[in-house]
Amino acid sequence: MSAIVIDDLTLGYEGHPAVHHLNGSFARGSLTAVMGPNGSGKSTLLKGIMGALKPLGGKVVLDGFGQRDIAYLPQIAEIDRSFPAVVADLLALGFWKRRGAFSAIRGVDHREMEAALARVGLSGFERRTIDTLSGGQLQRALFARVLVQDAPVILLDEPFAAIDERTVADLTDLITHWHGEGRTVIAVLHDAELVQASFPQTLLLAREPIAWGATATALTADNLRRARQMVEAWDDQAPWHDHDSDHSHGHHHHPAGSGGAH
Amino acid sequence: MNLYDLFLAPFMQFGFMTRALAGAVILSLSAGPVGVFLMLRRMSLTGDAMAHAILPGAAAGFLVSGLAILPMTLGGFAAGLVVAVLSGLVSRFTIQREDNSLAAFYLISLALGVMLVSLKGSNVDLMHVLFGTVLALNNDALIMIGAIVTVSLVALALLWRPLVAECLDPTFLRSVSGAGQPVHLLFLALVVINLVGGFQALGTLLAVGLMMLPAAAARFWVRSLEAMCALAIAISVVSSYLGLLVSYHLSVASGPAIILVAGAIYVLSMLFGSRGLVSSNLRPRRHRVA
Ligand SMILES: Nc1ncnc2c1ncn2[C@@H]1O[C@H](COP(=O)(O)OP(=O)(O)OP(=O)(O)O)[C@@H](O)[C@H]1O
Ligand SMILES: [Mg+2]
Repeated sequence: MSAIVIDDLTLGYEGHPAVHHLNGSFARGSLTAVMGPNGSGKSTLLKGIMGALKPLGGKVVLDGFGQRDIAYLPQIAEIDRSFPAVVADLLALGFWKRRGAFSAIRGVDHREMEAALARVGLSGFERRTIDTLSGGQLQRALFARVLVQDAPVILLDEPFAAIDERTVADLTDLITHWHGEGRTVIAVLHDAELVQASFPQTLLLAREPIAWGATATALTADNLRRARQMVEAWDDQAPWHDHDSDHSHGHHHHPAGSGGAH
Repeated sequence: MNLYDLFLAPFMQFGFMTRALAGAVILSLSAGPVGVFLMLRRMSLTGDAMAHAILPGAAAGFLVSGLAILPMTLGGFAAGLVVAVLSGLVSRFTIQREDNSLAAFYLISLALGVMLVSLKGSNVDLMHVLFGTVLALNNDALIMIGAIVTVSLVALALLWRPLVAECLDPTFLRSVSGAGQPVHLLFLALVVINLVGGFQALGTLLAVGLMMLPAAAARFWVRSLEAMCALAIAISVVSSYLGLLVSYHLSVASGPAIILVAGAIYVLSMLFGSRGLVSSNLRPRRHRVA
């Protein structure tokens, strides 16, 4: 059963594709790592799934849940750190979906927030103002908010970018735990070792999909080398894509092991 | 001259002073918190622009029926909303950022307003519209201000959480709800009605002062949002009272007097506030063990 079906999806900016003709699906309850070099369209893909970016072609089909049910941890959070809020205020936003826009946070919610903070190693930080957090602490607080959101689908864009080794191990356990609870988790990561150890599925992107399937078959040395060969800069003279004719540029629309085999 | 004459008599003896004080104090209740949110959203100058944008509407009301409260208020409200929505739309559909398009629209609006007033009125009338007059605060105006403040406070209470979310983490709000854009527009509408409420006493150009200066001053004293709002209200009440006193005793215009008092409080807060210049440079150079 697929939770998210990606149907010939092209996403991009100003007409330039950043994700090009992606086909496949994320199975319900699957745990997938998205890998690829800088600028290969990983963040763009997550934004497309979130609905924050309109497709230039194709579509994303969500099955059994809506865009608002997705918990999303962006690569760079647009948090206004000068706003007079404490960590608990930031976490309380996570109740939005469950408690509605207007209702107050209750006692049980406070205990849940405490537990979430403890999970990410930030016990005792409830009343700290957000402008006093270190980069990694803020990232962990945002991770705790994802916990509070209690969403069936979780998208994490480089969640470990600023985080120390021990916490990475703790948070990876947490992700594995989510997987065990049947949530669908998609995480953008750069650490191949970590992916091999903890992520059953991998999508390797280099604007074009290179491979998508079981991590062992997708993350081969050959595939990684092919991903690295992506030309990062856009060609402003590139001809416009003609949707009616068959594409003449030489790339694989259906990568090896396509379709998130499960 | 004793203390009574100095501090109380003007408000006891003259109905227009009592009404002016009542109007300014009531308005402070909502202008303070609105100003705090405006400041926290880095939209202080947007508030200023909106104050200018109100002018042609107020002027059109003035053209139709002279210095009467209802037409000028409604006109100002309509003009402010039109400018807010137009600049929102322009920034949405073009590459122009909202503050740029707002600047363009308010300049057009201001010029239009001044021209409209000069079509009919004298310079004195123009001064009234631009800088207000306590004499304009009749009972109708007070009722109007009361209504505006009531509506604003109810709206603020309802919008509180979405507004906080929109300030704190707009991307997140967008990911869990579509409330961001409507909340933004409703908030701009709140700004407009509070400016319109203030322009009787303070004039279109200075009404924004009672919003921004107390909020900015409060920030030098307290950390939490709630405390900031409460302190902003208090500062704005004190400014209104002292400003009116100054205006009475020195026979100067009330609007500028109130705003200058608020300005003085701002400068003092910046210097001596617990988070101000002096104290952050005098912080003890000691530290705890953990
Ligand atoms: N807002 C934007 N406007 C224009 N181009 C963009 C925008 N965001 C990303 N791009 C371009 O789209 C391409 C894909 O970007 P994306 O952010 O998806 O990369 P990524 O795989 O997440 O890279 P990284 O590992 O550096 O995070 C890049 O070439 C980038 O320059
Ligand atoms: Mg990225």
